[in-house]
Amino acid sequence: MTDTAVETQAGEPIIQLRQVDKWYGDFHVLKGINLDVKRGERVVVCGPSGSGKSTMIRCINRLEEHQRGHIIVAGIELTSDVKNIEATRREVGMVFQQFNLFPHLTVLQNLTLAPIWVRKLPKKEAEDTARLYLERVRIPEQADKYPGQLSGGQQQRVAIARSLCMKPEIMLFDEPTSALDPEMIKEVLDVMIELAQEGMTMVCVTHEMGFARTVADTMVFMDRGEIVERGPPAEFFANPKSGRTKLFLSQILSH
Amino acid sequence: MASETIGSRVRSPRPPPWRDPRLRGIVLQVLFVAVIAAFFAFLAHNTIVNLRRQNIASGFGFLHREAAFGIGESLIAYTPADTYGRAFVVGLTNTLYVAALGIVLATIVGTLMGLARLSSNWLVAKLAQIYVEAFRNIPLLLQLFFWWALLRGAAPGPREAWQVLPDVFVSNRGIVFPVPREHPAFQWMGLAFVGAAAAAYFLHRWARARQAQTGRQFPAGWVGLGLIFALPLLVFVGFGAPLSLDVPALRGFNFAGGAAVSPEFGALLLGLVIYTASFIAEIVRAGILAVSWGQSEAAMALGLKPGQRMRLVVLPQALRVIVPPMTSEYLSLTKNSSLAVAIGYPDLVSIANTTINQTGQAVEGIAMIMAVYLALSLLISLMMNLYNRAVALVER
Amino acid sequence: MTDVDISQVLPIPVERPPRRTHGVVDWLRANLFGGVFNTILTLIALYFLAVAMPPLVRWAFVDAVWSAPNGQACRGAGACWAFIGEKLRFILFGTFPYEQQWRPLAVVVIFVAMILASCNRRLWGRRLMLLWLAGFIAAGVLMWGGILGMRYVETRLWSGLPLTLIFAVVAMALAFPLAILLALGRRSRLPAVRVVSVAYIELVRGVPLVTLLFMASVMLPLFLPTGVTIDKLLRAGIAFVLFAAAYLAEVVRGGLQAIPRGQIEAADALGLGYWQRTRLIVLPQALAMVIPPLVNNFIGGFKSTSLVLIIGLFDLLNTANTALTDPNWQGFATEVYVFVAAIYWTFCFFMSRHSQMLEREFNKSRQR
Repeated sequence: MTDTAVETQAGEPIIQLRQVDKWYGDFHVLKGINLDVKRGERVVVCGPSGSGKSTMIRCINRLEEHQRGHIIVAGIELTSDVKNIEATRREVGMVFQQFNLFPHLTVLQNLTLAPIWVRKLPKKEAEDTARLYLERVRIPEQADKYPGQLSGGQQQRVAIARSLCMKPEIMLFDEPTSALDPEMIKEVLDVMIELAQEGMTMVCVTHEMGFARTVADTMVFMDRGEIVERGPPAEFFANPKSGRTKLFLSQILSH
Repeated sequence: MASETIGSRVRSPRPPPWRDPRLRGIVLQVLFVAVIAAFFAFLAHNTIVNLRRQNIASGFGFLHREAAFGIGESLIAYTPADTYGRAFVVGLTNTLYVAALGIVLATIVGTLMGLARLSSNWLVAKLAQIYVEAFRNIPLLLQLFFWWALLRGAAPGPREAWQVLPDVFVSNRGIVFPVPREHPAFQWMGLAFVGAAAAAYFLHRWARARQAQTGRQFPAGWVGLGLIFALPLLVFVGFGAPLSLDVPALRGFNFAGGAAVSPEFGALLLGLVIYTASFIAEIVRAGILAVSWGQSEAAMALGLKPGQRMRLVVLPQALRVIVPPMTSEYLSLTKNSSLAVAIGYPDLVSIANTTINQTGQAVEGIAMIMAVYLALSLLISLMMNLYNRAVALVER
Repeated sequence: MTDVDISQVLPIPVERPPRRTHGVVDWLRANLFGGVFNTILTLIALYFLAVAMPPLVRWAFVDAVWSAPNGQACRGAGACWAFIGEKLRFILFGTFPYEQQWRPLAVVVIFVAMILASCNRRLWGRRLMLLWLAGFIAAGVLMWGGILGMRYVETRLWSGLPLTLIFAVVAMALAFPLAILLALGRRSRLPAVRVVSVAYIELVRGVPLVTLLFMASVMLPLFLPTGVTIDKLLRAGIAFVLFAAAYLAEVVRGGLQAIPRGQIEAADALGLGYWQRTRLIVLPQALAMVIPPLVNNFIGGFKSTSLVLIIGLFDLLNTANTALTDPNWQGFATEVYVFVAAIYWTFCFFMSRHSQMLEREFNKSRQR
C-alpha cells in the first residue's frame, strides 16, 4: 500500500465510474458511463472502433479528461488536482498498443526508471524487482538490450513488466496485442493470463475473444459511447441481449 | 557465360575485355581522372601565364611584408606597421569571436523561441511564429544592412545619443555601456566561481550515489546553481561591495569611459543572432515534436512528474533529432559571418580582401580564406559525427 | 449465429457538451490565462506589444509622409514613403533604360506566372518543362532585345528585381542537373568518381558563398586564356551554380538513399541498364520524395542572390542601396530596407507556405 492512497472499504469497488461524459469538441464520445470494478475483478471491454472504449480506460488514469461525472480509483477521486492524479497513476499501470518503451534506455533501465524516480527506491532494490519481473515475463536474458533490438512480442512483455515494477493495484490494457504479428500474440496473452490468475485487477480492451472467455469475470460491450451490455462471459457470448451486441459478435466471431 | 558442363571443374571463361565490368570500371575511372587532371592543368597553366603578364608575385612571401593599413577593431594588438600575416590573424580572431558569441546567443534565443512556439499560451505561440516567419524569409544581408543603417544612421550623434538604460547610450558611434573598474575583488570572485562550479559538480556526484544507495533524492541541480551565484556574491559583499563603474560620459564630441561596441560589430551580431535563431527555433520545435506523444503518455502512466518526463524521457530523445541540424546552423552562422565584408567589420574575409587589393595576390589570399573555413567546417562536422555515433539509438 | 435484426440497431440521441467549454471568455481562460505561469507570460507579451506597437504604427502610418518634392520636405517623425514612390522604378528596374522598362516588368510578370503555374500539381510533367523553356526564351528576348524592334540592352544594365529573379531561377535550373550528377557520383561504385564527388561537395559546402563569388569575380579571369573575358553576370552565375549544385546534391542524395533496394532489384530483373534504371525508375521517385527540401533550397538560393552586390552586380538589394546615395534624399535607409524586405518576404513566404503544403500532402499519401 502507498502513503497517499486511501484504503477502500471492504467490498467497495476499486474503480467507480459514475455518469461519466466526455466530448471532443462537439463530438460526444462517452455518454453517461457507469461502471464498477471490484478488487481482483477482470473486466474485458469490447466494441467496434470509435465506440470510446480506449477513451474510457484512458480516463481511468487521467490520460484523458472527463468533462462530467465522477471517476474514483482506489478511493481517490480524479479531478484536476495534480496530487490526486499523481497518486492515481502510481497505483494504476497501463500497457499500450504501441508498447511505448523508451528507446534510449536499456530494458533494465526502462523497468527501473519509475521505481527510482517516483517511488524513490534505491537502485539495487529497483533492479532486483526489475529482474524478478523480467523472469516472470520470461525474458530475463534481455535485461541489457535496447528495445530496438527486441521483437514486438518481447517489447510488449517488457512493457507489461515495466508497469508491474511499480506494483500497481490495477492494470489497464489498451489493445495490447493489436500491433503484434500473429505468432507473437500468444506469448503476450499467456503473460496476461498468468497475471489474472494471480488475482490482479485488470481492465482490458481487446479483440481477442478467446482470451476474454478464459480470463474475464465481466464482459462489457460498448458502442458509440455507451455501455450497451455487460455480464459474465458465458451469458454474454451465448445469449447477447441487445441487437447491437449481436451484430458486433456476429462480425467478430464469424470467420 | 556459364561453364559448359554441370559439375565439371571448368572456371567460367573471362568475358572479352570490352565487356568485362571490372576492366571497364578501371578504364572509366582512369579516363575520368585524366579529364579532370587535364582540365585543372589547363587552368593552372593559364593562371601562371596571366599572373606573369600582370607582374603579380606568387607564393606566401607577402605575409611577412608590412600591411600598411589600419584595422578598426581587434582583439589583439595591431598597428599598420605589422605584417600581413598578423593582419590575417586579427581577421581570424575577429571572425571566431563574432561566430562564438553569435552561436551562444543564437542558441539561447532560438531555443526560447522554439519552446515559445510550442507553448500552450496562444499569444506567446503566435508572437513566436510571427518572429520566425518574418526573419526566416528575409535575406541575411538585407537584415545586416538594416541594423547597420539603424545603428549608424538612425541613431543620432553622441551629443544626442539615445539613453536606453541608465548609463547605456546608443549613438551613431556605437553602443557604450558601463563596465566595472578593475579591483582585486574580481579575481577572488573568479576563484569563488570556479570553486563553486567544482563544488556543484561534486555535489551532483554525491547526490547521484546517494540516490542509487538509498533512493532519496537531493536537489543537487538547484543547490549547485545557487552556490554558483551565491559564492561569488558573498565574496563581493565581503570586500565591501566595491562596485565603482567606469561610466561613459560625454567628453567633447564622443564618449569616454565605459566599453563600446561598434555599429559594425553590433549590426553583425544582431543580424546573425536574430536570423539564425529563427532557424534554430524551428529545429528545436521539430525535435521536441519528433518525440512521439506515446512516450510522454507512457511516462505519465508510470507516474513521472512533468519535469522528470522532460528530463528523463523527452529531452534525451529530442536532442538526438536536434543536434545534427543544429550543428549545421552553427556552421552556417560561422560562414555567414563572412558577410561582414559588406558592412565594414574587419573579419577574415574583409582583411583578406584588403590584402588582395593591395598585393594583387588573389590566388593565395582566397586559398587562405577557403582553407580556414574548410578547417572549421571539417572540425564541426567531425564533432557532430562523433556525437551522432555516441548517442545513436541501438537497433536490430 | 443467430440472425441479427437490424431494426433493433437504433440511432442514439445526441447531447451537446456543457456550456463551459464554449465562448470567448472560456477560450481566453484556457489559452491565455490557464495557470499562474501562463498568465504572467500573457501579461509580459501584452506589455511588450503595448510598448512596441503604437510607436511602430505611428511611424509607419500616422506620421508618415506620403508625398513630398524632396528629402527636406519629407523629414518628419514618421516614415517617408514619398521616397519610395520617387525611387520606385529605380529600385525595381535599376539602370535598365527608362522608356524600355516595360520589358523587365513583363519578365517579372512572366516569371511570377510560371512559378504560380508550377505550384499546380496537375500541370507537372513535360508540359511544364516546355512552359518554362518558353518562359526563359521570352525572358531572354525581352531583356536583351535587339530583335522585333526592341533596343539591345547589354547585361551590364540589367538590374533590380528582374536581375534577382532571372539570376535565381536560371542558376538553380542549371545547378539541378549538376546536382543530380554529383549525387549519383557520390553513390557510385567506382572509387575515383566517388572520391571526386565527395571532395567537391564537401569543399564547396565548407566555404562561404562570398569566397566563391570573390573567386569567380577575381580569379576566373586568371583561369582563362589571355585575352578571353567573360561577362561579370556570367562569372557570378558560374559561382552560384557551382555553389547551389553542392547543396542540391545532398538533398537529392537523401532522396536516392530512401529508395528501397527492391526498386533497383526489380529494374535489374527487367534487364534495365544503369542509366535506364536511374532515369526511368530511381530518379523520378527520389526527386518526388524530396520536393519540399528542394523548394526550401530554392528559397535559400533566392535569398542568397543578394550576395552578388558584394561583387558589384546590381540586384534588388544593390539598387536599394544605390537609391540611398541620392544627395536630395538622404537618410531614408529604414524605409527602403523595409520596402525591399517586404518584396523578398512576399516571394519567400509564399514559396515556403507552398512547400509546407506539399509536404503535408506527401505525408498524407504516404500513410495508409
